Amino acid sequence: MLAVENLRLQLNGKLVIDDLTLQVNEREILGVLGENGTGKTTIAYLIMGVNNYKPTAGRMIFEGEDIGALSVSQRAKKGISLAWQEPARIEGLRVKDYLKLSGNNFGMEQIKQCLLMVGMEPSQYLDRDIDNTLSGGERKRIELASILAMKPKLAILDEPDSGIDIVSLPLILNGVVELNRQGSSVLLITHNEKVMEIAHRVSVLCAGKIVRTGAPAETGRWFKDNCRACLHINVPADEDKKV
Amino acid sequence: MIDSVVEKEYQGLVDAYDKAGGDRTALVNNDVASLVVHENRILSATEIEGVKLTGESQEHGIMAGLVVEEGCKVSRPVHLCFGILPQEGLQEIGLRVDIKRGAEVKVIAHCIFPNAVHITHKMDAVINIEDNASFSYKETHYHGESGGIEVIPKARVTLGEKALYENTFSLVEGCVGKLDFDFEVSSAARSVAEMILKVYGKKDDIIKIAEKVNLNGDGARSLIKTRVVLRDRARAEVIGETYGNAPYARGHVDCVELINGEEAMGKAIPIVMVSNEKAKVTHEAAIGSIDRRQVETLMARGLDENEAVDVIVKGILR
Repeated sequence: MLAVENLRLQLNGKLVIDDLTLQVNEREILGVLGENGTGKTTIAYLIMGVNNYKPTAGRMIFEGEDIGALSVSQRAKKGISLAWQEPARIEGLRVKDYLKLSGNNFGMEQIKQCLLMVGMEPSQYLDRDIDNTLSGGERKRIELASILAMKPKLAILDEPDSGIDIVSLPLILNGVVELNRQGSSVLLITHNEKVMEIAHRVSVLCAGKIVRTGAPAETGRWFKDNCRACLHINVPADEDKKV
Repeated sequence: MIDSVVEKEYQGLVDAYDKAGGDRTALVNNDVASLVVHENRILSATEIEGVKLTGESQEHGIMAGLVVEEGCKVSRPVHLCFGILPQEGLQEIGLRVDIKRGAEVKVIAHCIFPNAVHITHKMDAVINIEDNASFSYKETHYHGESGGIEVIPKARVTLGEKALYENTFSLVEGCVGKLDFDFEVSSAARSVAEMILKVYGKKDDIIKIAEKVNLNGDGARSLIKTRVVLRDRARAEVIGETYGNAPYARGHVDCVELINGEEAMGKAIPIVMVSNEKAKVTHEAAIGSIDRRQVETLMARGLDENEAVDVIVKGILR
């Protein structure tokens, strides 16, 4: 479904994404695991086309088409969407109206269902604004609910678990699994290897480069053993580059 | 009853009122206090028990009075409709409001000038809200697209102890023309004043907003919240002033101006002053283009850029 080939991004003379190649298959949850500062969010932005990020080199092929020159909304209309790590607050935009933007002509019952899937009681949230009155965790759950309402072909979820309390985390993960069950492929980005249990495959990112890809349990362990205590963030060891 | 001579005028104004979001059934309901004024003519006036609504025609407008009797809690909002249907005219509204001790009332006012080419609308209000009384006033303007209108609302508001004053002024439909908004509130102990103002400036609109609150009583609280969106060549200056003059007085001034056009210009001047060591007044002001992250968030849901900007503008002016 999505093939990222030899992607590079240089910002202010620094190589942020380095010859990155990955593939998300149809109906797959591909996890991208990496410590802070390794380029996880940058990958999300490059694929979605936001933040004015344009690859220095490489290609992004979505369903056979190079999407590199498309605008954000053109990519969204082709079926790609992004749940931001720190979603924007928009004064005066109600939760129910935000979820209805998905373009699926959802009725109110379906909108409510999307909120329930991320553990939110509709009667408490539908008429609230997605502004600063929501906590960080609430806003993130609404972001995921809006992705559930959109049902994109490819959902890029940037750290959906960060800032989420331990009671809500299983609900969030269930929401991701449900999204996938309903037909969406998912690029799941996080620094938490436990979250990767719901992925089909996991890639480890180091210094803008994929250094290992494999089954979730094994790759998660490898990440924990090698990346948590690693001092070479942004400068991958030579042996890692070969993997 | 409506005088037959002005019936046509009344229908025209009520039709425009309806289009501007007003509730036309409220104007013919004898259980709802209402006043309809076209230019300097009072087309209809309905009083209810506990609510005295008076009007006296002047050369270029009317002198109106609203008195809510002590302890009277008005269950349905009072409806006011002021307007001019022709392209030209002058309307001066003198308004005296007295909300007696312990009374509660909501007022919904519509000011309608759908065909304005050369119109001036002035309102000069004196509002007195006595102890423990509550007055909520929501005014919505509808102007045409020519921008040939000058609107000059001025009010001096006095709040008694534990009084509540809420004022919402909305001018987001059609062109503003020239707006010179000037409200000042003096607050007694433990009273609450909340002023919300929303304006959408377009074309060559010129907007001047001055809102001032004097927190004179112990524990008096206030919020001045202003939202202005400017496009084309529209210009705005917003002055929000709050003075904390008494112990435990708390005030906040919050101004956001969104600039959506290369020639639009916004200016915000928050003035906060405290003359009592136990008072606290804060302010925040933000002027700038529409946040890129907000736009891209909506574009990632499939909206194109213009649609995304439209959703953000509507949100901030809602």
